[in-house]
Amino acid sequence: MSNRWYLGVGEQSDIVVSTRIRLARNLNEYPFPNKLNTKSRTALNNIIKDAVEMDNKFDLRFVEMKSLARFEAASMAERHIISPEFASDHDGRALMISKDEDICIMLNEEDHIRIQIMKSGFALDEAYEVADEIDDLLGSKLEYAFDERIGYLTQCPTNLGTGMRASVMLHLPALTMNGQIHKLINTISKLGLTFRGAFGEGTKATGDMYQLSNQITLGISEEFAIKNLKAITLQLCANERAAREELLKSIDTEDAIFRAFGTLKWARLLSTQELMDNLSLVRLGSVAGKISVPIETLNELMISMQPASINVLAQQKLEEKERDTIRATKVRNRLS
Amino acid sequence: MLCQNCGKYEATTHVKRIINGESAEAHLCSDCAKALGYNDVFGGFGNTFGDLLGSFFGEPQVGAISSRTIHCEKCGNTFNDIVNSGKIGCADCYTTFYDKLLPSLQRIHGKTRHEGKNPTIIKTEVTNSQNPIEELEEQLRIAINEQNFEKAAQLRDKINELKEGQK
Repeated sequence: MSNRWYLGVGEQSDIVVSTRIRLARNLNEYPFPNKLNTKSRTALNNIIKDAVEMDNKFDLRFVEMKSLARFEAASMAERHIISPEFASDHDGRALMISKDEDICIMLNEEDHIRIQIMKSGFALDEAYEVADEIDDLLGSKLEYAFDERIGYLTQCPTNLGTGMRASVMLHLPALTMNGQIHKLINTISKLGLTFRGAFGEGTKATGDMYQLSNQITLGISEEFAIKNLKAITLQLCANERAAREELLKSIDTEDAIFRAFGTLKWARLLSTQELMDNLSLVRLGSVAGKISVPIETLNELMISMQPASINVLAQQKLEEKERDTIRATKVRNRLS
Repeated sequence: MLCQNCGKYEATTHVKRIINGESAEAHLCSDCAKALGYNDVFGGFGNTFGDLLGSFFGEPQVGAISSRTIHCEKCGNTFNDIVNSGKIGCADCYTTFYDKLLPSLQRIHGKTRHEGKNPTIIKTEVTNSQNPIEELEEQLRIAINEQNFEKAAQLRDKINELKEGQK
């Protein structure tokens, strides 16, 4: 079975789509990437590659970003394997990635090393365990930039300390529809967490998908940060389930769910926005047992039908209308 | 939407910044935008971006540009470079400008003392690498006791060499 996060389902998958752990590390000997030219970055990539490959337990493949087409890199960002910023600038950058894309080490992103683990569903402990093991492995071969007083040293001081960002992607259609989400966003930001839309730009969370992550990295241990994130995630899940129960009593909600399903099953042109809006309602219907499409199919469509990923399928950069046509056809075939 | 800074007026200036590859947005009214330095939309966005991050570190110290300005020995950064770019240049910058950075760390994290994982394995190796000197010093002590001065001189040179290499 594939471990690709968007092909599986995990704990709390009615709401928690995925979990991600990211660790920022730098090598003590070298200036941070913003002070390195392409040549030095490339040399550094090879040093880290050699260290990983000395004991390549996780079977990671080394990829230079310049070897990828723009849309291939953008598609990786759509799959949340790399950051959009990493995809946008290929200069002197590389990555080491597992076959199932659940482990990805970005080299020369903002920091020399960014270890990232993605899992389906709610799996913070499991994801951290893998990140920790890879970190130990690299840390036994490379000398990290570390100061006992302020922890792992990073280019941006917002990551100083543990260098860890733990996050979960949450599907919160009911809290979005009833408007409670705005109040929750305000409250949560006061608790040292960041809460925002997981896709696209702007204030609205496309497809009612949100990302919740720890904001503070200094003076709080990995264990405590994860515990805190877990507690708040579970609280949000409870709020969302209560809101769903209320919403689903209404025939209007049921009508909206089936209309969305109809659009996905019959449309001949489907924009990304339309896909995301309708998938959100169908996902709500699927979890409530009204529509018999498995959640993993919906997760897969949400990720694989993003614009750059369709370009990858076609192996060329398509016009928007061409993409909308392909998207509609693929979604229709998958749901019929 | 209301301004996220004052919460009183309609937000008319929208600032998007990307930190760690993740974008965050700020929506400000014209007064707050001006106060925070976003009034000139035609100005270089690069500068604005740096300023925004640089604001973590407080005001640049204009008077400090003199021959006494401290540079990081490894990457050459001054503290003003860090303030202006919003980026730390290397691990040594944290040691060089530790006292100046501390208030910003307090502002960002609310704390200034690391809790959590330490890279223990490398630390152990560092400790081990000191052992040869201790071992040689022990041999030196024995050589002196045995009045084997030729050997003692060799050991002393070797110890000095190792100590020199650690500086």
